[in-house]
Order: sequence, then structure tokens, then C-alpha cells
Amino acid sequence: MRFSGLKVLAEGLIGNKGWGPHWRSPEPKSEYDIVLIGGGGHGLATAHYLAKVHGLTNIAVLEKGYLGGGNVGRNTTIVRANYMLPGNSEFYSHSLKLWEGLEEDLNYNVMHSQRGIINLVHSDGQRDAFVRRANMMCGQGDDGAMLDRKGVEKLLPFLDFEQTRFPIYGGLYHKRGGTARHDAVAWGFARSASDRGVDLIQQCEVRGIDVVNGVVKGVQTTKGPIRAKKVGMVAAGRSSQVAAMAGLRLPIESHVLQAFVTEGLKPCLDHVVTYGMGHFYISQSDKGGLVFGGDLDMYASYAARGNLPLVEHVAEAAMTLMPVIGKARMLRSWGGIMDMSPDGSFIIDKTDIKGLFVNTGWCYGGFKATPASGHTFAHLLATGNPHPTTVRHRLDRFRTGRGIMDEEATGSQHNLH
Amino acid sequence: MRVDGKGLIERSQPVSFRFDGNTYRGFAADTLASALLANNVRHVARSFKYHRPRGILTAGSEEPNALMTVGRGADADPNVRATVQELYDGLEARSQNAWPSLGFDLLSVNDLAAPFLGAGFYYKTFMWPRVFWEKVYEPVIRRAAGLGALSGKQDADHYEKAYAFCDVLVIGAGPAGLMAAWTAAQSGVRVILADEDSLMGGRLNAETLTVDGKPGAEWAADMVAKLAAMDNVRLMSRTTLTGAHDGGTFGALERVAHHVNGTPKGGVKETFWRIVAKRSVLAAGAIERHIAFQNNDRPGIMAAGAVRVYLNRFGVSPGKAVTVFANNDDAHRTAMDMQEAGVHIAAVIDCRKDATALGDYRLIAGAMVSGGHGRRGLEAITVQMASGREKIATDCLAVSGGWNPTVHMTCHMNGRPTWHDAIASFIPTPGAIPGMATAGACNGAFSTAACLAEGVSAAKASLEALGVTPVVMDVPQADDTPYAVEPLWAVPGKGRAWLDFQNDVSVKDVKQAAQENFTSVEHMKRYTTQGMATDQGKNSNVAALALLADATGRGIPETGTTTFRPPYTPVALAALGAGAQGKGFAPERKTTSHAATVVAGAPMIEAGLWYRPSYYPLPDEKTWRQSCDREVGWVRNAVGICDVSTLGKIDIQGPDAAQLLDFVYTNMFSTLKENRVRYGLMLREDGFVMDDGTTARLGQNHYVMTTTTAAAGQVMRHLEFVTQALHPEWDVRIMSVTEQWAQFAVAGPKSREVLNGLLDQPIDSDAWPFMSCGPVDVQGVNGRLFRISFSGEHAYEIAVPSRYGDSLFRLLVARAEALGGGAYGMEALNVLRIEKGFITHAEIDGRMTAQDIGMERMLSGKKDFIGATMAQRPGLTEDGREQLVGMKPVGPVKQLTAGAHIYSNGEDPVRAHDQGYVTSVGFSPTLGHFIGLGFVQDGLTRHGEVLNMVDHVRGIQTRVELCDPVFFDQDGGRTRD
Amino acid sequence: MRLPCPICGERDRREFYYQGAAVMLERPAPDAGEDAWDEYLHLRDNSPGDLDELWSHDAGCGAWLKVTRNVSTHEIRSVILAREVRQ
Repeated sequence: MRFSGLKVLAEGLIGNKGWGPHWRSPEPKSEYDIVLIGGGGHGLATAHYLAKVHGLTNIAVLEKGYLGGGNVGRNTTIVRANYMLPGNSEFYSHSLKLWEGLEEDLNYNVMHSQRGIINLVHSDGQRDAFVRRANMMCGQGDDGAMLDRKGVEKLLPFLDFEQTRFPIYGGLYHKRGGTARHDAVAWGFARSASDRGVDLIQQCEVRGIDVVNGVVKGVQTTKGPIRAKKVGMVAAGRSSQVAAMAGLRLPIESHVLQAFVTEGLKPCLDHVVTYGMGHFYISQSDKGGLVFGGDLDMYASYAARGNLPLVEHVAEAAMTLMPVIGKARMLRSWGGIMDMSPDGSFIIDKTDIKGLFVNTGWCYGGFKATPASGHTFAHLLATGNPHPTTVRHRLDRFRTGRGIMDEEATGSQHNLH
Repeated sequence: MRVDGKGLIERSQPVSFRFDGNTYRGFAADTLASALLANNVRHVARSFKYHRPRGILTAGSEEPNALMTVGRGADADPNVRATVQELYDGLEARSQNAWPSLGFDLLSVNDLAAPFLGAGFYYKTFMWPRVFWEKVYEPVIRRAAGLGALSGKQDADHYEKAYAFCDVLVIGAGPAGLMAAWTAAQSGVRVILADEDSLMGGRLNAETLTVDGKPGAEWAADMVAKLAAMDNVRLMSRTTLTGAHDGGTFGALERVAHHVNGTPKGGVKETFWRIVAKRSVLAAGAIERHIAFQNNDRPGIMAAGAVRVYLNRFGVSPGKAVTVFANNDDAHRTAMDMQEAGVHIAAVIDCRKDATALGDYRLIAGAMVSGGHGRRGLEAITVQMASGREKIATDCLAVSGGWNPTVHMTCHMNGRPTWHDAIASFIPTPGAIPGMATAGACNGAFSTAACLAEGVSAAKASLEALGVTPVVMDVPQADDTPYAVEPLWAVPGKGRAWLDFQNDVSVKDVKQAAQENFTSVEHMKRYTTQGMATDQGKNSNVAALALLADATGRGIPETGTTTFRPPYTPVALAALGAGAQGKGFAPERKTTSHAATVVAGAPMIEAGLWYRPSYYPLPDEKTWRQSCDREVGWVRNAVGICDVSTLGKIDIQGPDAAQLLDFVYTNMFSTLKENRVRYGLMLREDGFVMDDGTTARLGQNHYVMTTTTAAAGQVMRHLEFVTQALHPEWDVRIMSVTEQWAQFAVAGPKSREVLNGLLDQPIDSDAWPFMSCGPVDVQGVNGRLFRISFSGEHAYEIAVPSRYGDSLFRLLVARAEALGGGAYGMEALNVLRIEKGFITHAEIDGRMTAQDIGMERMLSGKKDFIGATMAQRPGLTEDGREQLVGMKPVGPVKQLTAGAHIYSNGEDPVRAHDQGYVTSVGFSPTLGHFIGLGFVQDGLTRHGEVLNMVDHVRGIQTRVELCDPVFFDQDGGRTRD
Repeated sequence: MRLPCPICGERDRREFYYQGAAVMLERPAPDAGEDAWDEYLHLRDNSPGDLDELWSHDAGCGAWLKVTRNVSTHEIRSVILAREVRQ
């Protein structure tokens, strides 16, 4: 069923009785060409691109909970391509281009809104670093511009330019950055993949990965064994446990990242704003809630909840940066589990087990990567070769030191990225 | 309308307030909601999506409809629940989300278009043409969305944070909470009793029930008075427990001054508490649920229990002819109480066929209300009974679909509640919050007697867990009527029946979600927005998931619930972020020369938490460059003074001090002679450069290490890690002394002359060669002198205890000025060090190896040190890495800019041709042109090559020649002279 | 979250700095080989149960602590001083 404004009108006239399922809910077959472990944003996107780009549809996505129930459903929805280092720069550039055509591609309104992102500058050193980053973005063919203080004031007049602890000297403006409706991204990919023949199996937990003589043969699930020629692990938040089923140890430590939303308010913030000195970022959703977040809680965690120190720190950053939102009330807080890698960049690669592929280490930047993660992981699964934008994102880069992409420059301690 | 003789309001204290420009009167101890109802104002708000007229539904913080903006100007507080806003004289409230007025709201046209705006419609349209999303559709949606508006002005109110500690925290001061607190307090432990209401007592203030023969409210007041008299009890009214967190930590918001007109001078508006409790008792009560039927959202349709609150606590009847619609006995009390107060009960409709009347009113058993009439205020209802339909005139329908225990806080640590058939709702799962017992209505115990008894037993369990013997308590006598309910979620029939009032989610929406395969409760929630409004589903979630269960052919338990997350009720960011506004966000570190520097007119800039001077302007200087050039000249030609106290200083003592330094630095320090200083390079264990600096050996077993300003904390922690965790056997002690010593660079050809005017014993080059150090006396003060240089000149750093810093700085500057120099700031310091190719964290940014910065020779091969092994990984040692180079302009464009990239000659400036980037630049007055440091692929071997520097964002392209990073005095002769 | 520092007593989480798994206490010899060093710095069991980890009481006594904590429930099983681990 194709979605359109006309269809919405037609259905409205007949009491919305004609809408069908957005995706099928089939029982799993006994064998697939490719099994993807994880029905989150990246898994669903991988399925979509495998079907669409590579014509592969004998595929199952196995999800232990509900589709899109992981970090794609609990992030702060920011979409951007403002990375500095080679490898990340071309990958996120690729991702943003996929975002820019995603609604047509999926026939689903994911509400990708290029409202612009401003990273505030608080010191000369930070300005130099942002200029370097902006120039990288320009060299990559993306948009990056520097604003001086007046330029920031024009776009964000409500910031505290006089008293804030770390004064605002300017900003890095990424016009094509913005937000998207996170759940819709998962649903859009799910619907498209399902329509193209991919089986999406919910409430199906993988309990084992069958490996014989170094070759993957399939998976054991709560819905029985499923044979597969190739298996893709794309289970952010549980990557280490999934890999452990195949006897692999990953360079990953899991941490909790909190996010917050206020009650609905009339529009007051058009852009996404980040305040590096305060580890704080904020935007306003179409519904009117201010959506914001900060740093990790910093301790290893599999509990999708955070604690007060970080909640308060984020609110404190909000108050020094934009005290005009003081009377906005925090409505809800939640946490997601992040696969923190030793350089803060992701991993898309084969493993030492033939037919077993890994997609992990998104730290807290996985949402904006969703289309390209799916697109490039599909490329790897289908062709056996890395996509040109992910040649650096190898699993063994920490052992060899080749291609480390440490955007935060904090070194091998997982939680510092 | 007011009902004589009822309520706990202060009838002797009338107050005046305004709503939407009209003036009304109420009484002290009213809420805004009760006062509006007393004035027969029923239509008070519009819903979020369809802008339907809405009235007051509840009497608590869960209110989904009656959200208003209270106050004006910077005080304007949006989304205030009228049901919890205490009335005060002069209160001014406005309705929200309606234009041009509450009565005539243009966007109520949405309601007419509702067939096209059902669940998730926006995912299916607005996709064409693409640019229309940002340009047309989204702006319209954003303008229409949102509830109240922020004032746009800075919040002038004060907020605070506080900590509190106790043995037993009791959450909720109804019958269960009061008995729990009383039991714990009598047993001698430290108790905190918190309640979100201004008046403790919970439902006892809302019912006509008795406890120990006394009216409930009176019994509660007596109990509160007794608790207040005890030293081991802290009573916190107007305090909402917002969240249960790990380790017995709770968040709580105290609304200190929302019940008065303006904050008293020096007072605070709200306090955010962190309460640490060894045990806790949740006695949070229950929230009544609605029943969905056509137009069940008409103003005048209210929760049955809330109607009793308005009558019994506030002396208000929300209607003249009241009807009741229920599926349980409890709601019949509304009819009884109203009737007793003289209000006409038009009918009680109970869906249960076997329902019996508790008093003399018309009971229609086995029937349901199938519709409400009256767009802006209820006029009548349609009752569907076996015999047919009847329309009954009524202006207030009290609805009860049963009660949902307030289990929310038990879910804050990811616990899930348990379905309980007897009450057709969820109860807390034991152990969901470590150390928390649950008691009373939140535990599914709905009679007063059961609440009182559970309060005692929960306190006893908590005391026993603490190892305290509970005192023996008598449980007071009270009503023990069993609670009987028959599930009824939605009345079958046509039209739209509402679940989530604020978000306008109807029964049809839930069914449509199921039809579209959004059958997981999380999918349904996210697709329909059910439960995502400001009440977070407190009023409607259970019904919605029951309907989803029905639509998907599952039971409620296996359908599951969404997760309740903190905060329990929304908390102002100003409270959570109290103290941070303005400069309060982070400590401000100031050097001892700060005052003198500010007086000298130097602009101060942030360097991490520190403030440091940019430059010291002279009166005739117009730009920072003029000052900077002049200061550089002073240092190169005379003498300059610069406060370098912000650099980290770590005192290291003990027999194994040398071994520690050899282990944390790449180069050797055990071989350093006493009274000598050496430059050291420090790696992280992953082989990348962590920091650099000088370390002086003051004695056989005594070193003082200098770190960069930025890495001082990191290095200190690193040394602690090495000495405690990796080598606890070493006999060495370390101590940060950054704050204990004020240290000043004295740099330039006349630096010794400056010092010799101040030191008690003059120095000379023989005794004090380059890289020497030792104790000196400065005007009778014991200090330390280091002959080191970050400027490339003959220079010293002199350190004195911090209390002498201000004085020494002034002396040094005065003496330098007399010799044709003076103080210099960060800008000059930066130019001086770039001229010498000295690196800072602009270069060693965390991604650099020793080889990258041309310091491979500093990696000692004679010892193990932190980072030694991983620094040899192939990726860190292979060709092709970007390496430190100097750069100077050689084309017509003379400007260099930091952050610009370096591209191959004759190629497009795109990523594929990217060769590196510029990290630091400055105009060198010494050389007369711009100089820069940066990193270029294999740069160490490319000196002399000319490449393109391109700064896309500033539109600058400069041809640059790569060169040695040391631009000035390459053999270092000036330093040693 | 609160941690019982063996020196200072129970303190709020915000007084502590977190480093990661306590595997960092077992520093390999320089010639232990790339596997050992990769394990030491990068690879982690990262299982959802009890974890030995390192915290520093930064805003207190400065002690490095080896804490055993369940990373799913945040229950603290034990805390000892890092300097006493080998004893």
C-alpha cells in the first residue's frame, strides 16, 4: 500500500478502515540466505538495502523484543555530517545524503528536518579545532561555516551571552544538520524491508550462533534453530553478548547515556545547539518538547536508566547557557545502552569466522548513521567487501593501530569518547 | 458552586484572582481549580491536537486538561496544573494553546478534520514535494503544537539544591504513609515524610470517613502535629518525590513559594532535594481512571474521586445536577457525599447488573453512559440500558473506572508492575526498588483500615531490615469496606471515545494501531502518542493497553506495560540546574596575579577553569595585535613577566620517585642531577602523547613535576593510578601543589637583571646555567627558581608560596617596566612559543605519537614506560602519518589561519587531496610575517616543499612552504646565554 | 549511586572518577605480545553481570578502588583499595 496525502484523505472518508499492517509478522522459515541479529534501526536499514540495492530478500531480521526498541527509539534524533577525521567524514557525508532522500526511498515520512546545527565555540583553541573540522566538512563536499558571536546571536538570541560561565565566541554552523522522527525511521525501514520480502521476526531472541570449523551455519533462537549462509550481528547495546555466542570478544564496553524531554512548549528553539564545555545539546521537537542530553553516566552499565548526577549536570549546563528555559519542566528521562569503542568510532567488518559479520561500536552516534550503516553493512554482507566509506572501520584497528579515528582524542579508555 | 458547611478552606480569608482577564474570588486553601469550579468556570483549556474544549478532570498532579500559565512577564510559568496550584491573592492565570481565545479557537477546525488526522497520519503524507517539509508543513505543525509558551525572559526566581539523609523515607502522607512514619518515628530512627500536597493526609482530607472515631482529616492533622513535634522526623509537604535512583538516592522537588504572590526577598521558589535513605516506604496512593465513551471529555465530566475532593476538602460542587458513572462501589460515595451536602444527584449509572444503591438515589444498574452532550460544558448524558436509551440532564458527570495504584516510582529502576485481577490493575512487584516497601492504595489495598495496617507493617519491615526493633503499634479503627470492581474500559458505540485527553488519543486510534500491526504496547504508544502527554499516561495507560490487549486477542499481562520513568511529575530545569545560572556552572580558578591583571585592563580569557590574561593593553593601542607585538618585542629585547601558575605542579618524594618518573615519562629522569630540570614527554598507555612538561630534581628523592594547564588533573590521576594500582610497592608519595605555589616566568635578555633586584642573593650564569633549579630567597621569602624557557629567551620561572604571589607579581612587573619591559599575556606567549616551535595541546591533541611531533628520540629504549609497547604498533609507526612541520607563507597571500587544511599542489582542495592541517598560527613581529605549526603527511621529510593552505570557511588560500618548526634561534643560543 | 570508599565511607557517585574494567591492574610485560596488549587495553568481556572495575575517589581521598559491581542492577558487591589487590 502506497502512502500519500490522497490516501490519507480517502481513508479518512471511510473511517480509516482500510489501513493494513505496516509490516508482516511471519513465522521464521528454517533457513535464510542472511540472518540479521537485531531489529533496531541499523538491522532494519541493512535489510532494506540488502533487498533494494542487492536484490537479496531471503533474509530474516531477528529481534528479541519489538522492532525499533533499542537506541533508534530512545535517542535525541540528531542527524548530522560534521565529523573531522578521514573515515568518519566520508561515512557520515554518505549517510546524510541517504537521509536527504529517505522519505521518497521509504515512502514514509520520517520527518527529516534540516533545521541546522550550531556547535558553540568558547575558546580560541576550540575555534581552531572547529575551523579544522569545518574545513574538513567543506573538503568532503558538505556544508560547514563558522559564525562569530554576532552570527550566533542572530540565530540564537535567547542564549545568555553576558553571564554564561563559558562565553560564546561563535559557532560551527552545519546547515544541513537537523533532526528526524526516530521511531518513524525504524518503522519506515521495517515496512520497506517487509514489503520487499524480508521476514521481520519479533519476540525472537538469538540464544546461540552455530559455527562449524570456523564457518557460520545458523543461529539458535527462542523460536527454534534457523540455518543461514551469512549472519550479521547488528545488536547495539548487546553486541558483546551476541558476539560471545560465537566465541568472540569485542573491543566494546557498554555504558548508559541518558536523554531528556520537557513538556510541550510553543516553538522557541529552531536549531540544534551543542555546548561543548557543558557536554550539553538541545533541540525542540515538532510536538514542542525540548529534547536534550549530555554525557554518559560514565560507569559501565546494562541498566537502561541513569542517575541524578548526570541529570543535574545537564540541567546546570542548560541554565548557564540558556536560562530562559528555566521554567520548562523536565517531563521524562530515559537511558540507552551504548557500545563504546576504544576510539569512539564504529566497527563494520567481517570476523575471523567465515560468514559472520559485525556492526557495532556506535558509541552515542548511531542514529544519524542509520541509513549508511545499513547501506554499507548490506554492501559488506552482499559483496564480502567493505563499502568505500567503511574501509577504515575495521575490527582489528586497535590491535594494529591502523586507521584509529579518535574524534574526541581521549585515547583507548572506552567511556571517554 | 460553593457548598455551605463543607471543606477545609479558610472562609475568613477571601482572595481575589484572575483567569483569562476576568476577576474571581476564592478562599485561602483553595486551589486554582477549586476556585474556578466554585465560580462555575468549567471550560478552562483546549486539548493538544484537536483543540477540543476541556474542563478540570482531576484534583491532583495527574491533571491532563487544566494546564495554565500562571504569572506574567519573566514570572510567567507555563503548563501549571490548576489542580495543584494553591490560590493566593492576586494570582493571575491564562489559558494556553488557544487562539484568538479559549472560547473561540481557530484551530478547533482540526476537530472537524479529525477523520484525516488519525493515529500516525503524518507518517503517511507531507512527503511531496521534498522541500515543503521544512518550508511549509513542519513550520505549520510546530506553530500549532506545544502547550504553554516560555516567557522568553530570564528566570528571576531563585532555586536551590539540598541533600538530606534519613533511615526511613516515607513517600506520601495519607493513612498508610502517616502510620508508617509514626511507627518508624516511635521506634527512634530518623524519618522523612514527604507529600506533594500542601496539606498532609491524602484521601483522608477528601473523604467523609472516620479514623478512630474522628473525622479522617482531623485524625490526620493530629498525627501530623505529633510527628512535627519529634526531633527525629522531618516533614516535607509540597514535596514531590520525583525519582528513585540507585543506592537509596531519591530526587525530590519542594515547591517552596508557589503558593504565595511573588517570592519573598532572599527566598527560593523551589528546592531540588537529593534524599539518601537506608529504607523507604512508598505510600503514594492511587489514581482514579476514566471510562472511554463518546465525548467523555466534555467539561463537567470529572473523576468521581476528584468530585469528592472538591466537595469535602474545598466545599465546592462542580455541578447542580450531578450524575455518577462507575464500575465499582467506591464511586457511589460521591453520590452519597453530594446528596448529604444537599446537591441533587440526577442518577448513578453502574455497569454492574448486580450493583446496589448505598443511599437514596436513582441507581441505573447494568447500564452505561454512551455519550456526553454540550460542547463547552456538559448539559446531558445519554445512558444506554437494556431497555433502551435515556438522555439525562446533568452538568457534572462523576466517572470512575476503578483505581490504579500509583506504582510509578517502583518502575524507575526498570522494574515492571504485576497485574492484579482483583482490582483490574497493576500493583508493585516486590523488590523492584531495593530497600523499598509499599503500603496502602499504591499496593492495591483500598480500604482505610487496610492502608493504616499496611503502613504499620511496611514500617516494621523497614525497621527490621535496619536492625531496629519496632515499637508495638495499635492500628486505628477505620472503614474496611471491600473494594469491588468490574473491568470496564470503553463503552461500545459510535463516535470518538477519549483515552489520553491531552494528546487526543481515542479508542479508535488504539484499534487502528493494532490494525496497522503496531501491536507491541511500545509501538502503540509511540504510534498513537498515547501516554506521552504531560501526565505520562497516569490517567489512561491502563485502559489503553487493556483495549490494545482486546484488539490483539491477548491478555493484559502478556500485552505488558510501557515503562514509567523519572520524574514522577515534571521538574523545572531551573530547579534541577539550580546554582548554575551565570557563572555558577563551574568553579572559577583565579591566579594570584588576577587582581593586578584586571586592574591593568587585561582582558581575561578562560583556560579550562582558569582565567588568564590575553594581553596587557597600553592606552594608545587600538588592537590586540598591537599589544601582542609589543609584548613579544619586550621579551625578545628586554624582559617580560607572565603568570604561569596555572600549569600543574606535582610534588613527588620518596626513594622510588626516580623510578616512578622513569616509568611515566618516555625519557630518563633517574639520571637527572640534583638542582637540574629536564623536559619530559608522557604517553598514554595506548602509545599516544598525553602531556609534556619539565620536571625538576630538588633533592635525591624529591622532584617537582610541571604539567600543562589543560592536563594537570589527568596527569595527577594518572600518577595516582601508577603508584596505587600498578606499583603499590614503590615507596613514593605524590601531591598536587598547583595551588600552593605562585609561579611567574621572567623572560628576556634582562630577566636576570629583574631577578637580581629582588633576590636576597644575586645569581649568575655559572651557578645558574640553563635548566638549573634550586631554592632562592625573595625579599626574605623562601622560593624556588628554575632556569627554563618557553619563549626561547634567557629566562626563569620563579615560584613562591601562593600568599606572596600577588606581591611578587607586582614587584616583578614594576621592575620589568623599569627595564623597558612588563607583563605579557597569552597572545604573546603563544607567538613566542610558535617562533620556537614549542608545542601545546593544540599540537599534542591526543592523537599524536612521539614520532608525529618529531620526538622519536625521546622514546628511551633502555626501560619500560607507560605507552612504550603500544607506541610501536604498526599503525603508529608506519609512513604516511601526519607529522609536525613549520609553515610560512611564500605566495602573494601572507595570512595563515589555524584550522585551515593543506592540500597537494595543483589539485582541488577536496578530501582526497588533503595533506594535513594548521594547528597554531601567529604573526611573528620578530620575523615580520605569519608563521604556523601544523601536521602534514610525512612532514618531517618534506621541509622546503610548497603546498596550498586552504581555509574554506574563511575563504583564504595561501601558498605555504613547509619548514623546520623552530623559526627563531634554531641553535638555542639565546636561551643559554 | 553511592560507593563505600574504604577510607572515607559511603559517598555519592559524583565524588568518583570511573576508569573501566579492573583488567587494567594486570599490565602485561613489554614483550607479552600484541594479543596480550590488545586484551589489556581494548577487548572486554563486557558481560551484564558482576564486573571488577576501577574507580578513583577523585573528590575525596584520591584512592584508586577496585569495585565489584553488578552492571545491570548497580549493586555493589565489594570495594577494596587498588593498592591492596595484590596483597
